[in-house]
Amino acid sequence: MAPLTAFVLAMALPAVASAFGQDFYVGFASRILIMAMLATSLNLLVGLGGMVSLGHAAFFGAGAYVVGILATEWRGVGNYALLAWPLAMALSAALALIIGAISLRTRGVYFIMITLAFAQMLFYVALSLKAYGGDDGMSLSQRSSLPGLDLAIDSHFYYVVLALSAAVFMLYQRLCAARFGRVLLGIKDNEARMESLGYPVYRYKLAAFVIAGAVAGLAGALMANQNSYVSPNMMHWEQSGVALVMVILGGLGNIWGGLAGAAAFLIIEEALSAFTKHWAIGVGAILLAVVFFAPRGIAGLWTAKR
Amino acid sequence: MNLLEIRGMVKRFGGLAATDGVDLDVRQGEIHAVIGPNGAGKTTLIGQVCGTLAPDAGRILFAGVDATRLAPHQRAELGLARSYQITSLFPNFSVIDNVALAVQARSGSSFRFWQPVADERQLADAAQDILDRVGLGDLGQRTAAALSHGEHRQLEMALALATRPRLLLLDEPMAGMGGEESAHMVKLIEDLRGDYSVLLVEHDMDAVFRLADRISVLVAGRIIATGSVAEIRADAEVRLAYLGEDEA
Repeated sequence: MAPLTAFVLAMALPAVASAFGQDFYVGFASRILIMAMLATSLNLLVGLGGMVSLGHAAFFGAGAYVVGILATEWRGVGNYALLAWPLAMALSAALALIIGAISLRTRGVYFIMITLAFAQMLFYVALSLKAYGGDDGMSLSQRSSLPGLDLAIDSHFYYVVLALSAAVFMLYQRLCAARFGRVLLGIKDNEARMESLGYPVYRYKLAAFVIAGAVAGLAGALMANQNSYVSPNMMHWEQSGVALVMVILGGLGNIWGGLAGAAAFLIIEEALSAFTKHWAIGVGAILLAVVFFAPRGIAGLWTAKR
Repeated sequence: MNLLEIRGMVKRFGGLAATDGVDLDVRQGEIHAVIGPNGAGKTTLIGQVCGTLAPDAGRILFAGVDATRLAPHQRAELGLARSYQITSLFPNFSVIDNVALAVQARSGSSFRFWQPVADERQLADAAQDILDRVGLGDLGQRTAAALSHGEHRQLEMALALATRPRLLLLDEPMAGMGGEESAHMVKLIEDLRGDYSVLLVEHDMDAVFRLADRISVLVAGRIIATGSVAEIRADAEVRLAYLGEDEA
């Protein structure tokens, strides 16, 4: 029931924030939820399937660019969320299919390196897109449009993000407990044995990679809207690293790991950056503490589930 | 009828031929043991039968299908299951979930994303039956990593059985076992006779002589003799090449 309580509290956030005149926190909460979706999609790969990808931001950035490019090239219709967001997911899924099909032939450190290399390739592709701002990125003149809502209003946008992220968390939870999640856990534990039991391991890993890519693409599309800005940095390997840190901080393989990690990371960043620009040191210290004292992550502190 | 036919199997590592033209048949329903001194090529042969090692030459027919180029998971789908000499389990899964995962491999697609596995009673029931059979019936809820060595070997066997194979490839199932555990395992394999065809690779000669319907002797990458227990015991070449070595 805890998730339901949290959901109800999250529903109340815009009203509370506005009552205290702290509307900033609505946008902040949207950012947390969007990063939580990104981290959760990465958790599917790392925590469940044991695939440590250091290029996950590629799909995040690709989703963002779909929104940005559509809005620029196709004024009006290109702005429709119901068109742009699914397209962002589709493009990211397609990229994940290609990148995954090649990367998943390797394992361990090689997999880390090859996913990193692919992501950096896409990063440089984005840098070279002069028509779309090159290394400056591009500002979006308006948010995507949804019938019946005005996403320019932060609380409206927040509710949409909340609904979508809740859907992602629920899907992830179902997937973990279903056959597919079992197979991924088995692959993480003992890949060779899975193969000899008759599981076509490569196909399962690729399917997970594509699902994770699609969700990362959706997160990217939402982040483009949240910031009204798209830039190559969204697919830089640092961004992939941040997502990975969030997963480890929050809890590898834990259903709420992505959310806990994203929230912890962004709150620490927000709190410490008021005092110092070296806030990353604080994140590092807390990450160390989590790794040593709570190896199952923040979410692992109060859920026994893995 | 031959369930498994191996013809002219060769695997070279550099200049060394680990298997050097192996011919071997496993008949439907028999327990066929492969014995041989260390370095004879047993491990290589197992890798080639399972598909983890690609052969340099030769052919494998399994259940009438040319399996020479099939991947390990495809051979498993045809009904080949193996146990590992060095225990290979899912250490973070519970004992029953280990077996349920193996059952799941052969009971429909696992591209299912929504229905919880916990709702699929038939998986857990089938797993429990197999645990009972190998003598781990009471330990289902334990974490696999927490079992003793002997219990690991039993679970190893349970995983192989859970895929309902036509051919069981047992790679030294008695490895590292004490006398009592070993006797228990022999009994277990004995009970499989008739239900499964078994290719047994084992060092424990007492066990092999008790269990095998036929024995093949692998020396220096070749099968030098195949026959019944009595024939192999009496074979002078085998004595010279292998049984004699034990005394040396």
